[in-house]
Amino acid sequence: MSVYAEMVGLDPLTSGEVVVAQNIAFGLIAVIMLFSALRMVTTRNVVHAALYLVIVLAGSAAIFILLGAEFVGVTQVLVYIGAIVVLFLFGIMLTRGALGVDEEEKGEQRLMSCLVAGLLAIVTAGALINTFSDAELTRSSPSTTATVGDSIFSQFIIPFEAISVLLLAALIGAIVVARKD
Amino acid sequence: MYLNQFLLLSAALFAIGVYGVLARRNGVLVLMSIELILNAVNINLVSFAAFQDSISGEVFALFVIAVAAAEVGVGLAMILLLYRNRRNIDLTEIDLMKG
Repeated sequence: MSVYAEMVGLDPLTSGEVVVAQNIAFGLIAVIMLFSALRMVTTRNVVHAALYLVIVLAGSAAIFILLGAEFVGVTQVLVYIGAIVVLFLFGIMLTRGALGVDEEEKGEQRLMSCLVAGLLAIVTAGALINTFSDAELTRSSPSTTATVGDSIFSQFIIPFEAISVLLLAALIGAIVVARKD
Repeated sequence: MYLNQFLLLSAALFAIGVYGVLARRNGVLVLMSIELILNAVNINLVSFAAFQDSISGEVFALFVIAVAAAEVGVGLAMILLLYRNRRNIDLTEIDLMKG
């Protein structure tokens, strides 16, 4: 798994500094993503939450590129940051008028949510550490957009058609639900 | 790089998203937390695709992105309708069908 090593023409197996660079990049991205995600679910200001969501989404696009999935990374930026976040900002604007502040949560509700999320994190992390403790990523080259396209239009053509119909149905449904009459 | 570092990051993001869904009262913020959860799932799918050296995980991540877009469209339309009818998108006050 050394996308960068291939790009600069190094032998992936012998270039230790590439692995170190990848790990440093991963650490930085992970810390930024976790901080922004925590701020997103705790901040009072709704618009700030949307902007923190942008940072998390950009971070996961960077993670996809780091994993060698260039097309997924680009799609993430286009669809999530380009379209979905704008939709969220419109939603905030239409439901609140001013740049409003979210109401205070109840203390009990927050405590229970903390408990559930903490338990979930502990159980998942324990299972992962038990199962994949020494699994290394060994992909030799990044996946190109051409391979992804070939795969979508041959092996996954039925799910692709289904997703097209789903998108159309969701579009019409959203218009019907939000229509004013 | 190890597979586990990506999976643990995704698990942490998933848990934070679950906290957001449970603790937040504003409907738009709940939808945002759902996006966070779907994103964590995407990271899982892509890292397993890299682990197995196959393309299927990436294709399914693309499908998840498409489904997330559809879900946000319908969800925001519903919240808009709610706001129009009740002038309020506090999810704890929507208890019409509570027994």
